[in-house]
Amino acid sequence: MTPILQARGLVKRYGRVTALAGADLDLEQGEILAVIGDNGAGKSSLIKALCGAVVPDEGTVLLDGEPMSFATPVDARIAGIETVHQSLAVAPSLDIAANLFLGRERRRPGVLGSVFRMLDRTGMREEAKRQLDALGIMTIQNPGQAVETLSGGQRQAVAVARAAAFGSRVVIMDEPTAALGVRESRAVLDLILQVRERGLPVILISHNMPHVFEVADRVHIQRLGRRKAVVDPRSISMSDAVAIMTGALEVDEEAS
Amino acid sequence: MTTTTGTEQASRSPLSRLQHLLHSQATIGPAVVLLIAIVVFALLSDRFLQPANISLVLQQVAVVGTLAVGQTIVILTAGIDLSCGAIMVLTSIVMAKVAAETGLPGFPALLLGFLLGTVCGLVNGLLVTRLKLPPFIVTLGTLNVFFALNLWYSESATIRGGDMPKLLLWTGETVTIGGTRVTYGSIIMVLLVAVMAFVLKNTAWGRHVYATGDDAEASRLSGIRTARVLLSVYATAGAVYALGAWILIGRIASASPQAGQFENLDSITAVVIGGTSLFGGRGAIVGSLIGALIVGVFRNGLALAGVDVLWQTFAVGVLIIAAVSIDQWIRKVKP
Repeated sequence: MTPILQARGLVKRYGRVTALAGADLDLEQGEILAVIGDNGAGKSSLIKALCGAVVPDEGTVLLDGEPMSFATPVDARIAGIETVHQSLAVAPSLDIAANLFLGRERRRPGVLGSVFRMLDRTGMREEAKRQLDALGIMTIQNPGQAVETLSGGQRQAVAVARAAAFGSRVVIMDEPTAALGVRESRAVLDLILQVRERGLPVILISHNMPHVFEVADRVHIQRLGRRKAVVDPRSISMSDAVAIMTGALEVDEEAS
Repeated sequence: MTTTTGTEQASRSPLSRLQHLLHSQATIGPAVVLLIAIVVFALLSDRFLQPANISLVLQQVAVVGTLAVGQTIVILTAGIDLSCGAIMVLTSIVMAKVAAETGLPGFPALLLGFLLGTVCGLVNGLLVTRLKLPPFIVTLGTLNVFFALNLWYSESATIRGGDMPKLLLWTGETVTIGGTRVTYGSIIMVLLVAVMAFVLKNTAWGRHVYATGDDAEASRLSGIRTARVLLSVYATAGAVYALGAWILIGRIASASPQAGQFENLDSITAVVIGGTSLFGGRGAIVGSLIGALIVGVFRNGLALAGVDVLWQTFAVGVLIIAAVSIDQWIRKVKP
């Protein structure tokens, strides 16, 4: 079976700095692929190229074997790739439902929607509630609550729910547990597993090795702008993975 | 993820609950202030609540209230528009002078004014989105440019009402509602507030205006074309200022190159007192109308109570600082 999402030979230069030096990536159907790497290894650039936030200088991104060219994040979204950015990309003063549908609001049927451009508030709120419930986010009772009144973990949950609700092919999560405490991280990891259970493959970028080793099916190790190795978290120790990441342990490229 | 909202709410102090209430309903504060002001001034002077006086306040507020609508949508995007008064004066002069000199009928003259106002707003919007200059700098520059153009085109001369088509002066005519004579300009202003409030609350565009001001980068990542939103906001504001120009002509029954040039600060005052945050993303149009009314009522009420003009200005200054302090406090609301 062809991987759902592939990257081949991605190159991205910023002036003299080469962020991506021919990076590859393979995401299989229904898996959680963790991407780890030291600072400057090109994780962010790789993810940005996949979700349309940057346009690579060279190389291709293939979705279901089809070459894609994303000029903007909207292009990637239309193709079914949803991204949970580290900054979460939520508007704090808007409510949960408004954030879930931000940039793709639904209008009321009939004249109210077509002529008066009225938003379908109740419909969107109900759908938001359904999505939150489906992911088991029971602590958020009221989709009309402003996002800024939520805790960090709850905001993360809103961002994940948005990605899960609209991502039809791939969900990308950039450091979803970075700013969270232990209990909140736990809940977000459960959410990630939930998303996989729905059959959506997930790319998880994280610095947190215990989290990566807990939920990932495979671990993509990025080093110096390229894929250094892909390892099975059940057959390699955390310290070996870190050693590959930092270059202390040499492996044949693409060995595994 | 484990918030137990119920118990938290129960343990909140009254002050904290007030903070949350104002946080969710930004217009309540200004509305309460307006009501108190009306009651106090009515007690201070018998004339305050008389129809003639109410009519006067409404007339005084119509121009600023209209400008405040355009100003509000700009401020909601975390911008500011210092050029609104200049755009209004320029469009009023162009509408009146073209009609007076060429005999252009009222309706096309009005359309010309709306077109000019929109173009002026578009210039602001393009400078903000394309050159990525801060709105404060852009509109400080265009304030001077538009005002100079106004002086050049008008040759610093006032155009008398008698030389213009009737339609341009129509906003100054009155209709009697419940014993109070109300100008059509005031009615247009109230309708404008209603329409803009509806649009902001009920359309995707309105939501995108709030989101762009709230967090522009997050909005962009969510798929909102923020540059397009900003451009449309400044252009719409320009059209609204042209409406203000029409109301201004009716109010002073002429078009003067010196009229209303300080209305830019007055409109910002109305917006700020009305509870809209200068940092963007929070506030409401209705609040700005209430803000304009508060300023109008304060000035009028203090004047009726025999207070010197300088103390009216003093009071407005205190109101601004109080309003922004309250906004800062509300923003510190804890989850």
